[in-house]
Amino acid sequence: MHTCNLGKYQFSIFGYRLIFLFFFNSRASELLFDGVKEHQVTLPGQSDPWDMKQLLVWIQRNLLKERPELFVQGESVRPGILVLINDADWELMGELDYQLQDQDCIVFISTLHGG
Amino acid sequence: MSEDVSCLKAQLEEKEREIAALKNKLSLLEKSQTLVLDLHDKVTPLTPLRAKHALSNEDIMRYSRQLLLPDLGVRGQLNLSKTSVLIVGCGGLGCPLAQYLAAAGIGRLGLLDYDEVELSNLHRQVLHGEENQGQAKALSAANAVRRLNSTVECVPYHLQLSPENALQLIQQYDIVADCSDNVPTRYLVSDACVLSGKPLVSASALRMDGQLTVYNYRGGPCYRCLYPAPPPPETVTNCSDGGVLGVVPGIMGCFQALEVIKIASGQGSSFGQQLLMFDAQDARFRSIKLRPRQAGCAVCGEEPSVTQLVDYEAFCGSAATDKCQRLHLLSRDQRITAQDYKSILDDAGPHLLLDVRPLVEVDICHLPFSLNIPLSSLEERKSEHLQLLRERVGQLKRQMAGGGRPPVYVICKQGNDSQKAVQLLEKMSGSELDHVTVKDISGGLMAWARTVDPTFPQY
Ligand SMILES: [Zn+2]
Repeated sequence: MHTCNLGKYQFSIFGYRLIFLFFFNSRASELLFDGVKEHQVTLPGQSDPWDMKQLLVWIQRNLLKERPELFVQGESVRPGILVLINDADWELMGELDYQLQDQDCIVFISTLHGG
Repeated sequence: MSEDVSCLKAQLEEKEREIAALKNKLSLLEKSQTLVLDLHDKVTPLTPLRAKHALSNEDIMRYSRQLLLPDLGVRGQLNLSKTSVLIVGCGGLGCPLAQYLAAAGIGRLGLLDYDEVELSNLHRQVLHGEENQGQAKALSAANAVRRLNSTVECVPYHLQLSPENALQLIQQYDIVADCSDNVPTRYLVSDACVLSGKPLVSASALRMDGQLTVYNYRGGPCYRCLYPAPPPPETVTNCSDGGVLGVVPGIMGCFQALEVIKIASGQGSSFGQQLLMFDAQDARFRSIKLRPRQAGCAVCGEEPSVTQLVDYEAFCGSAATDKCQRLHLLSRDQRITAQDYKSILDDAGPHLLLDVRPLVEVDICHLPFSLNIPLSSLEERKSEHLQLLRERVGQLKRQMAGGGRPPVYVICKQGNDSQKAVQLLEKMSGSELDHVTVKDISGGLMAWARTVDPTFPQY
């Protein structure tokens, strides 16, 4: 079982207990997620396992408040956001096709450029 | 008799010690005078770094505490002295990086920055002092480094890294450290490192967060492998807008120094295919496994489409600086100058001054009669803020005996957000709000401080 205890943004999802972490600059997370740190949500059950593509659509419909362009572009995340699944780059896990598992930890990071 | 002899001997010894001390002082002074640093405003070929085959007694004493480490040892120390490192950006990351590399005995340091030292840099750019304000950062950093270790060769570059000069410069160094502050420069440095086969130790910091990765190193990804497309410019926050706690880039710059030293001494870096994330708020580090080098990468892939440096400002849609860019969203009749606003105040004409900065900035300084509603609240149509605005516009309308549209002047720090707010309020005027006449105060509070009230703080 993977543990992911950075409880900044926690969601428990029907069928899966997932944790989402959003490392965005504060203005973006305020616009996107109302600055709320913890959510309890229920994802409707479905016969096939959830994959990342469906999850992004679900996040967009259920969690994003406005300005979705700060988070998504097309069916993926916008350029400059790195997605991690259980502390690994999602490119190593199949990106949009990755099938979610119970206890997965999904992290969204926006790249920093300052120095 | 023998007493006299021993007394004279003691005096002689005393004088000899004095002479030795004076000679030492003289040689140090001469050394620092002959090594007057030459500020480079263009890239010129450097002489190859002289290979050191053995450590001098002075080296052994100076580096003794790290020579004792089996991980480094004499061989590692000699390797350090043979290595040249180019530091792109002498700011919050570059300062601690240069400091530790010089202290550890790196052979040559190229210090590049096109900027001059400003007072608002000093909280994080710890090589520069108050007396260096106005001086080229590259020179100020080089002088500080030289005071620390005069055996390190310093090459200060006061220039902007560009597609024209980057390859020639980077080819002359063994390791490159990206300590820059903007997206186009990050792509430029990465591409130039791929094209010249150099490892790139890259870090960044903003607010309370830091990130670090070593690119183009032992089969790991380059910057483009990870970020094939640049982020939309409106999603990028820079330090001059977003702020940064000085110690955060300090910690990340120290991490860069550690990885450079490991690569240079021959131990190898741990971050070739890893991203280190630092959350200063929770004092937590996360290390993330990254993808390997991507076969489809535009620059380091199997069939690269980028085979020479390109126009990175065009590629990213933003300028290679972290300074605030001026927006031009409004026509001339939608804007007034800070001096115009001063005459409106002097004439005591009824109006509303709306300050659209975030609260944290209003706490720093504000005009006492302004109403603060942050731009984000307007964008999100926050009901309590809209209600407040309607009330104040209503009051104003009652004050204005002759009727007409109540004038609203919008101000922010530099006059960008206020233009967005004017556009927004014009849309709301007559529907979500009573009819109003909205104008932007061009250049914002910083223009007010410069042209009307020099006692008003600038930040
Ligand atoms: Zn690449």
